[in-house]
Amino acid sequence: MEMLSLKSEILTVRPSLETGRVRTFVGRYTSQIALAPSVAIASIFVYGFMLWTAYISFSASGMLPDYHWVGLRQYYNLWSNPIWVQSAKNIVVFTFLYILLTTVVGLFLAILLDQKIRAEGALRLIYLYPMALSFVVTGTAWKWILNPGLGMERVLRNWGWEDFRFDWLVNPRFALYTVVLAGVWQASGFVMALFLAGLRGIDEDLIKAARLDGAGGPSIYRRIIIPLLGPTFVTVAVVLVQQALRTFDLVVALTNGGPANSTQVPATFMYKQTFERSQLGVGAASAVMIFMTILAIVVPYLYTSTRKASDEHA
Amino acid sequence: MSTHEVVLGTGLAHRVTRVVIYSALLFMAVIYVFPLLVVVLTSLKSLEELRVGTIIDLPAAPTMQPWYQAMFTACIGTSCNGLAPYFVNSVMMVVPAVLLSTPIGAVNGFALTHFKFPGHNWVFAFLLFGVFIPLQIVLIPLAYVMGSLGVANSVVGLILVHVIYGIAFTTLFFRNFFVTVPHEIVDAARMDGARFLQIFRRIVLPIAIPTVVVSVIWQFTHIWNDYLLATTYTSGLTSPVTVGLYNMVASTTGTKEYNVNMAAVFLTALPTLLVYVFAGRYFLRGLVAGSVKG
Repeated sequence: MEMLSLKSEILTVRPSLETGRVRTFVGRYTSQIALAPSVAIASIFVYGFMLWTAYISFSASGMLPDYHWVGLRQYYNLWSNPIWVQSAKNIVVFTFLYILLTTVVGLFLAILLDQKIRAEGALRLIYLYPMALSFVVTGTAWKWILNPGLGMERVLRNWGWEDFRFDWLVNPRFALYTVVLAGVWQASGFVMALFLAGLRGIDEDLIKAARLDGAGGPSIYRRIIIPLLGPTFVTVAVVLVQQALRTFDLVVALTNGGPANSTQVPATFMYKQTFERSQLGVGAASAVMIFMTILAIVVPYLYTSTRKASDEHA
Repeated sequence: MSTHEVVLGTGLAHRVTRVVIYSALLFMAVIYVFPLLVVVLTSLKSLEELRVGTIIDLPAAPTMQPWYQAMFTACIGTSCNGLAPYFVNSVMMVVPAVLLSTPIGAVNGFALTHFKFPGHNWVFAFLLFGVFIPLQIVLIPLAYVMGSLGVANSVVGLILVHVIYGIAFTTLFFRNFFVTVPHEIVDAARMDGARFLQIFRRIVLPIAIPTVVVSVIWQFTHIWNDYLLATTYTSGLTSPVTVGLYNMVASTTGTKEYNVNMAAVFLTALPTLLVYVFAGRYFLRGLVAGSVKG
């Protein structure tokens, strides 16, 4: 009934729209016309700018844009810059630890929450809230907690551990791990949610069958459930690696790249070179490096996942 | 929906396992709440109390003074008006940016699924790409273009940027929702001669409300929390609150007022935190849809 009244309502407006050639054109290509602005915007602001940045990275641009082609010189300059090399090393270490620890913590939480827990909703709310916060917020909060002298160091000293020292934040050897710590804290709840969804999607019969075969407790997880979560692991890894490679504000707020560039990452390097030192060419080259790395991970993932989806439909 | 208990028995071993599981969950909950707790505790203490106590001591004489200072009198750069002006900038930026990017995404998603044309999948892929690019790859050209459009260092510039780079996400949300809407609903109206916009407004939009909520929340939290674009294209009093907060905390003049800084941290976090508490389900949906895939 509701549909019918809707239809008649639409019918009454119809005649006013049926006039003229322009209307026919609009009627035939409505969809394309509706999408055109977005396609135009993406063409310029995504694809055009991508090419523009790439072009700058092959140009002689320094303080000012200079569109003389210099081939790979900016890339050579980039990789001869010790701070960039440091950034590249840091991002490898950071990404590895961030993915590993976030996955372990997230999976651990998901498995625990999957045990018919009474306050599941409330706990999920608590584990996930950091994802709603800005990295500037969490970075500043962790900076205060990790403050040598005033933060946790003083708490433990007050508890009686008088020569306790915790200076990771200002120690070039360990500062990167404070970024890992804050990053894992912020993202593990989200990974928990992904794993929990994966766990809830597992066919109960497979587990019952395993139980009948005498498997119990943790071995069901090891042998049946965790292997079945394979696709979730892939998703989690792809999401996290992208986040890790873009890491910017967390580092800025927590350590600002220091001490002694020990927490410098490609995104902070790119920003500093481009907007503080006005080294456009090198900045653009570093941006291209970040972009290509992400592309190298995302494209195969999207390719296989869309292939799989279309195979399933076929 | 099913849960997978490790132990099904009911004996002592079962009870011990339950206690261990609950303890572990509670312990983790404490770790997650801890930073927020420290922020709030610190923000309620006087500087004198901070000097003598530890970060986890309860405030002996709780005071809202640091909150007031953070919002209205703390110095950021050369102006001492607290976060308030930056807060206003953030609101002025986020509201139009969300209100523009969401309907664009809705129209795109609808066009891509119910008014298909040859190559619609390519158009979707073309737009979706924007979800995956790191912003670094567009920062430099964007700086030139914003400069030449005269919107550099302005809230208007940030609105434009957030709309432009938000379209990929909002389109993704709506496209993935509309794909699940049966074609019969739209086709029936089409045969009656109803046009794109009529069908969209009368039939499709009402059932897409949950997706609208997901999209609005995603855009709101992302734009509010953004620091990279904000710090690249604005400075001083035109900046949104994330930059204001950073500049307040990073300022090196005078004594560090950690209580005021933590109050500022909490105030900056508050809007997205509230959205999360009241609409967590939609927040998570957006998070999953926006970061996983198309």
